[in-house]
Amino acid sequence: MIFAVILAGGTGSRMGSTDMPKQFLEIKGKPILNHTIEKFLPNPRFEKIIVLSPKAWIGHTKEIIRKFTGTSDRIAVIEGGFTRNETIMNSIAYIDREYGLDDETVIVTHDSVRPFVTHRIIDENIKTALSCGACDTVIPATDTIVEGDGKVITAIPDRRRMYQGQTPQSFKAKLLRDTYNSLSAEEKNILTDAAKILVMKGMDVRLVQGETFNIKITYPYDLKIARSLLDEETE
Amino acid sequence: MINTVYRLCAPRRFEIAFSDIDVTEGVIVRPTHLSICNADQRYYQGTRDIKVLKEKLPMALIHEGIGQVVFDNSGQFTPGDRVVMVPNIPTETDEYIAENYLRSSKFCGSSADGFMQEYYQLAPERLVMLPEGIDLDVAAFTELVSVSTHAITRFKAIAHNRRETIGVWGDGNLAFITSLLLKKSLPHSKIYVFGINREKLSDFSFADGTYLTTEIPADMQLDHAFECVGGNGSPIAIEQIIGVIRPEGTISILGVSEYPVAVNTRMILEKGLRLFGTSRSGQADFRRTIELYREYPEIPIYLSRLVGNTVEINQFADIKEAFETDIKKAFGKTILHWNI
Repeated sequence: MIFAVILAGGTGSRMGSTDMPKQFLEIKGKPILNHTIEKFLPNPRFEKIIVLSPKAWIGHTKEIIRKFTGTSDRIAVIEGGFTRNETIMNSIAYIDREYGLDDETVIVTHDSVRPFVTHRIIDENIKTALSCGACDTVIPATDTIVEGDGKVITAIPDRRRMYQGQTPQSFKAKLLRDTYNSLSAEEKNILTDAAKILVMKGMDVRLVQGETFNIKITYPYDLKIARSLLDEETE
Repeated sequence: MINTVYRLCAPRRFEIAFSDIDVTEGVIVRPTHLSICNADQRYYQGTRDIKVLKEKLPMALIHEGIGQVVFDNSGQFTPGDRVVMVPNIPTETDEYIAENYLRSSKFCGSSADGFMQEYYQLAPERLVMLPEGIDLDVAAFTELVSVSTHAITRFKAIAHNRRETIGVWGDGNLAFITSLLLKKSLPHSKIYVFGINREKLSDFSFADGTYLTTEIPADMQLDHAFECVGGNGSPIAIEQIIGVIRPEGTISILGVSEYPVAVNTRMILEKGLRLFGTSRSGQADFRRTIELYREYPEIPIYLSRLVGNTVEINQFADIKEAFETDIKKAFGKTILHWNI
């Protein structure tokens, strides 16, 4: 079985003065989270679309799904964790509880604030996770990536080998959970994303080609871009 | 739902745009197999009048395509159903005028965005279910087949009943389809095809005879004729038809020409000929075409000869590549496997 896992755990600290988590801000009169969920709904391969929300916002999340997207028994809203990876583990625990996990259970994890993800990216994630166990959506880096210690450059990696990570990141759920559980507390502390759980243990994570427009709406500037991309339509 | 739209913004240049689809309305289809038409190429290569290009672009091209239903708010389809999309969008009905001739109708890839989109939303009556097991590359150009179906339906309504010999001018895709459907729907008529390329004509094995337009027998006489040439070849084709057609015959004009064509009105008058144009098709023609596929399973098999190139569209750059590949083809259709 295949599950979409929408990570709506962020509280929007980078979005400036607004108190509302960024996934609830609206584009074209609809919260970003709804736009994102709606990109997963058309894919019949998803058994369930699991939305993980901060505890305080679960009610609000359910309400906006009902109001803007419509109720569907394919959507479940559950509580996220303290970190991104704990949130993913919550989704796996939910799947295990409700459906039972097996070696072929796949989760397609996606940022709730990337509503421009495409059908092709989602399809390739499913296909690659099923055949290879894990994959990460990336685009080739266009800027030179510089490594530094805060004061001076310590290295300039070859740009041809650099990619910018996007989402979805997709995994065989059992493999991801078992590998995560095998990490020490110290190892867990330095994790910045889920793919790293497997990379740290020397496992292959395949690359899936993303899109430059599959942007993450993190800063007010991104929100402006997202709105203008969709507003073109009304001109 | 945010929908990615791939629009032609200038000749040979595509851009990515986004539209917002209301998932609670109509039927939402994921296009899977698209087919390039000459009309798309005229926009892509910029051979349409500059004023037309300025008025219509940016616009998503392609009006021949099939897809899979992903949402249906009408309850008539099930997600996963394979359907052909009708590109004509009527805004009114008329007692006498067919939907494809109403000036108020819109048409995908001409007055509205075409099928080069991540998802396409349309009314349930604009979809026709495909037969189980049909060759999807063939089904992709059902729209073109429905144009021939439409022309033959009109012919049957307009032409007198002596239909012993019917000529089809042209050796391209439309001529192939029209002569094939004529042969199936009028089995007692002799179907003769007239073209300029001997090799292409040899593909018309189902026809009762094929002739080079430079070698038309002196005693050739036809009851009716279809012109499927278009472009610069139109004037000579129409002139030849007027020459060999019997009095009171009908000439069905299907070929599109960018320029006005002079016709021999003296002979039209003398022979009492009826010339009628046919363009595009409507929902009923799509339904009839699908019925024909079911009734004559050999039709899709014959049509599979027209599948020229199949191009996998996985990324933005593949779209341009597909159009460039299509330009180089001599015969047949370029089919896009729409994975993007």
